[in-house]
Amino acid sequence: MSRLRLAHVAIGNLRDVSLEVADGEIVCLSGASGSGKSRLLRAVADIEPHEGDVFIGQDEQSSMPGHVWRRRVMLVPADSQWWFDEVGAHFPSEARETVPECLGLGLDVMNWPVSRLSSGERQRLALWRALAMAPEALLLDEPTANLDDAMTRAMEDWLLEETRKRSLAVLWVAHDHSQIGRVAARHYRIHRSLLEPANGSD
Amino acid sequence: MEVIDLAGWKLALAALLVLALAGVSLSARLGITRSLLVASARTGIQLTLIGLVLEALFASGQLYWIALLATVMLLVAGREVMARQQRRLRGPWAFGLGTGAMFVSSFSVTILALTVVIGPSPWYEPQYSIPLLGMMLGNTMTGVALSLDRLNDAVWRQRAVIENRLMLGQNWREAVGDIRRDAMRSGMMPSINAMAAAGIVSLPGMMTGQILAGSPPAVAVKYQILVMLIITAGTGFGALMAVSWGSRRLFDERERLRLERLVKTSS
Repeated sequence: MSRLRLAHVAIGNLRDVSLEVADGEIVCLSGASGSGKSRLLRAVADIEPHEGDVFIGQDEQSSMPGHVWRRRVMLVPADSQWWFDEVGAHFPSEARETVPECLGLGLDVMNWPVSRLSSGERQRLALWRALAMAPEALLLDEPTANLDDAMTRAMEDWLLEETRKRSLAVLWVAHDHSQIGRVAARHYRIHRSLLEPANGSD
Repeated sequence: MEVIDLAGWKLALAALLVLALAGVSLSARLGITRSLLVASARTGIQLTLIGLVLEALFASGQLYWIALLATVMLLVAGREVMARQQRRLRGPWAFGLGTGAMFVSSFSVTILALTVVIGPSPWYEPQYSIPLLGMMLGNTMTGVALSLDRLNDAVWRQRAVIENRLMLGQNWREAVGDIRRDAMRSGMMPSINAMAAAGIVSLPGMMTGQILAGSPPAVAVKYQILVMLIITAGTGFGALMAVSWGSRRLFDERERLRLERLVKTSS
């Protein structure tokens, strides 16, 4: 039911973006830097003014308050922010009790000061923080940008598994073609002002 | 007790002190000589003019003249609040918001103090209403300007944090909660500090003036206590209102942060 659907979304240079992401499906977006990938995600999360309609299941974006929408359609930005002193304060209380093994961080990380986290650790924890809020759709902006190869693969496997288990609709901005090949059910590329389906050959 | 009037040439003696300071700062190249002289001249001219206005006002005692002066004071204070923010809301919002907050808080508190506490007759008797409103506006202006400046600046700097909090599904109030509280606090702190230091560190100007003008210190002290209490209340409520309205305006109906509604004040 929690299918994510974009109908004629326009933001910045991008025009007429229409696409659907089914439950448990990962759709990748790629494009040159500055092509508007991140802004498109911001439009879908309704964090920036835009044209066109976005639906989660049957519900239209504007049919509910902004914060309700964003709780259901959650954007994880490339550069996550941490505002409390302790890591655990950023998580809902149940999520403080468990830290997924593949993050490579013990449960103790919840008591760490945020300043102790490396950028890669922040990025992994930001994904866990978003998942812990139990959204229906996830918008990921280069979620493995600061990670080494081994950790990137571990995170991909974990995200694939969580996507299926929670039947999430995932829109994933990536630039690494081998990563796209590993995780995406479908792949779109931004070309000038339009979103085009990319075939596997390139 | 008869008050000693000050002759004009005696004030000129005091002005000589400032001239001496200006000479020293000129030779020390402090770079403030000009503003020192301009500010001194402005004090002299502005206060002389307001003295004439007050003389005329006291003589007439009409409500509409008092209301006119009060309005002018409010508008000037509103302009000042706007100028004191490094980043302010675009368009008429910056002026309207600061002026509105000051109007609601200072006018209602002043009228309350006049009618309920002091009780002159008529209640708008200019001898009481104008100085009281002036002190209220002066302090509320500081509080409102400080808190709005703090709010806008913090929101500007913490854009990424606020947006990340929004992305996690927090509503706009939660996402700027810390910043709002901080801004409200900073608007209230000066008057709280002034109350804490009153009488020990500093002899408040109003009380000093009243005593100089011949009031018994016990009466002057009671007026000073009244004034400080209502100033704190007025400033506090003014800051609360300004920050609530101002932070609401930084978000749109979809609870999106709209930083383009802020402009940098050219100074």
